[in-house]
Amino acid sequence: MDAKEIYARLEKQFPGKVSDFKGDVSEPYLIVDAESIIEVCLFLRDQPGLLFEVLSDLTAVDWPKVEQIQVVYHLFSYSQKHQIVLKVNLPRDNPKVATAEEVWKVANWFEREVYDLFGVIFEGHSDLRRIMLPEDWVGHPLRKDYVEQEEYDGMSTQRAPLVEKLLR
Amino acid sequence: MNETAPAETGFFAEEMTISVGPQHPSTHGVLRFVVKTDGEVINEAIPDVGYLHRSIEKIGEKVTWHGYVPYTDRADYLAAMFANQVFCLAAEKLGGVEVTRRGEFCRVIACELNRIASHLISVGTFGQDIGAMTPFVHALRERETINNLMEEICGARLTYNYIRIGGVGYDILPETCARIAAFLDHFEPIVDEFNRLLSGNKIFIERLAGVAVVSKEDALSYNLVGPNLRGSGIKWDIRRDIPYSVYPELEFEVPVGTGHVGTVGDSYDRYWVRIRELGESCNILRQCLKMMPKGPAIAKVARKFKPPAGECYARVEAPRGDMGFYVVADGSEYPYRVRIRTGSFTAMAIIDKLSKGIMVADLIALIGSLDVDAPEIDR
Amino acid sequence: MKPLINSLPETVFTTKVDDLLNWGRASSQWYMLFGLACCAIELMQTGGPRADLDRFGAVPRATPRQSDLMIVAGTLTYKMAKRTKLLYDQMPDPKYVISMGSCSNCGGLFQLAYSVCKGVDKIVPVDVYVPGCPPRPEALTEGLLRIQDKMMHERWLVKPSRPAEDAAQA
Repeated sequence: MDAKEIYARLEKQFPGKVSDFKGDVSEPYLIVDAESIIEVCLFLRDQPGLLFEVLSDLTAVDWPKVEQIQVVYHLFSYSQKHQIVLKVNLPRDNPKVATAEEVWKVANWFEREVYDLFGVIFEGHSDLRRIMLPEDWVGHPLRKDYVEQEEYDGMSTQRAPLVEKLLR
Repeated sequence: MNETAPAETGFFAEEMTISVGPQHPSTHGVLRFVVKTDGEVINEAIPDVGYLHRSIEKIGEKVTWHGYVPYTDRADYLAAMFANQVFCLAAEKLGGVEVTRRGEFCRVIACELNRIASHLISVGTFGQDIGAMTPFVHALRERETINNLMEEICGARLTYNYIRIGGVGYDILPETCARIAAFLDHFEPIVDEFNRLLSGNKIFIERLAGVAVVSKEDALSYNLVGPNLRGSGIKWDIRRDIPYSVYPELEFEVPVGTGHVGTVGDSYDRYWVRIRELGESCNILRQCLKMMPKGPAIAKVARKFKPPAGECYARVEAPRGDMGFYVVADGSEYPYRVRIRTGSFTAMAIIDKLSKGIMVADLIALIGSLDVDAPEIDR
Repeated sequence: MKPLINSLPETVFTTKVDDLLNWGRASSQWYMLFGLACCAIELMQTGGPRADLDRFGAVPRATPRQSDLMIVAGTLTYKMAKRTKLLYDQMPDPKYVISMGSCSNCGGLFQLAYSVCKGVDKIVPVDVYVPGCPPRPEALTEGLLRIQDKMMHERWLVKPSRPAEDAAQA
């Protein structure tokens, strides 16, 4: 099934909640409302003909110029050999969206990583804590306005360039 | 063999929380597992990752397109060619660059040699974790020859920086092709040696048959990829099903786990798929050496590569599964966002579920059979 | 009872005993497997069949309590730094550290990274720096031989002639 038909079925089932389909790129995507992302995912996973059994990737992109953080879901189907990309736009100062853990179990780890690096809160997640960085790290590094701290735990984060040492 | 709960044996043991790692000879890099056990049977094994988080994704926003290729090497240093290739595929899709035909064949040759090297390490360290020290040293010996070949091709033994946007960095000379052919003649009987040492070994089979079985539904829900997915019986290979490069013109088989010593989807099946893939890679290499055309090895690409704004998801079949790069470009000479999605990250997610009720030694066998790799998880 | 270390005059007998002790230690440096990243693979290859570290008496040990050399091979992140210090403290004296590869020398190519500690010498004192990304097995072997040289010049029974030497040994 190609992406336009998938979008047509989604529009029929969830009128008003999906929008902005872009089909002429190499990976067609569509925007989904933040409140209805889980029912859209369940529909895509279970409907015969769609059968997206696999969540290939769940990540986020920070767009500070439009004050949004965009959570991106790449879905894939082994049986039907088609793919679709869903995007959810969240406000940058308070990004919250429901967890997709019940739909695909692998979303547990992907969402922990997005929380760690972007600060997006996934409501209903069983274990939302930092995964890549130490527990006491301050800040969410992959945001565009992240400023590196001066030192962590007594170790300074910079290293004096060798030229300074030689001139001294 | 692992159904004896403490209550049934009548022996009371307290539950203790021990930490396997991060410095441990058999956690395949710096991984840590917080294991709650009574001493032998695990109640819960929670993976703790991030000890090798080198912020490769953030660095992608600060260096240029050409300059990012060495960083992709470090995203999985055992399969560095594949990481290079998938980033270059994404950049080429965004920028509309067409790779030369000779460049494509050079890429496939380099990648399949890298696949053999990576599977050798995976099989060798797996044997060592179980307790068999000899196959590991044999694997290192074979890998030295491959390192020599890689050094002839691109100058480096481990972090190659060979596959560039538009083709490959250096052409493969005819002498190197002759040496690759000689290596293949030497290597194919060695796979039988591995089978004699490990695969047919009664102790090896008893340790692995029926341990940590992954069902098809779990493999899909947890998004296992690569040999982990094929070990559970699902025949899916990116080179066959979403082909890229010159793979449509090459003939090769996709080995799938059949459960011939235990159940379909157990640890032995995942290991067996990797051994079969060693033979298939040799097959692909021979075809490539025969079919290689003459011509330039790299297409002309601007020094300041500035693809138009857009986004792209490219994937290749790396030794540890489907490695995908989601790259967002905004028209400048730096990428806007680079996201690396690797097979080992999702394989870690399933360890918590699979490790309930198995013994501590089986946990080590499980980690080895899933072939997880710390840089792929943490990036 | 007066301790025996660094208390005897420099005679033929005591220097030869010192040389014997140092030769014994240098010919059996047991290194702890502290492979963190890519350099760990080259460390394994150096211990492998072609560039054999075992012929120098260096065998890998899994635990710090039985080793006297720590080869820090790979990138050190802040999350790992505390554990590195703990492992270094668990090693018994006299202990040495080889920093293998540019990531542990100075942060390597990850200068722009937020989570990488720029050099392991911010945490543990390093004796030999081996450059490379990753260093060839021959380079790491040279690093091991330099540690052997360092060991051969240490003094155990003999009273050190200059106070600076005492500080260097501490």
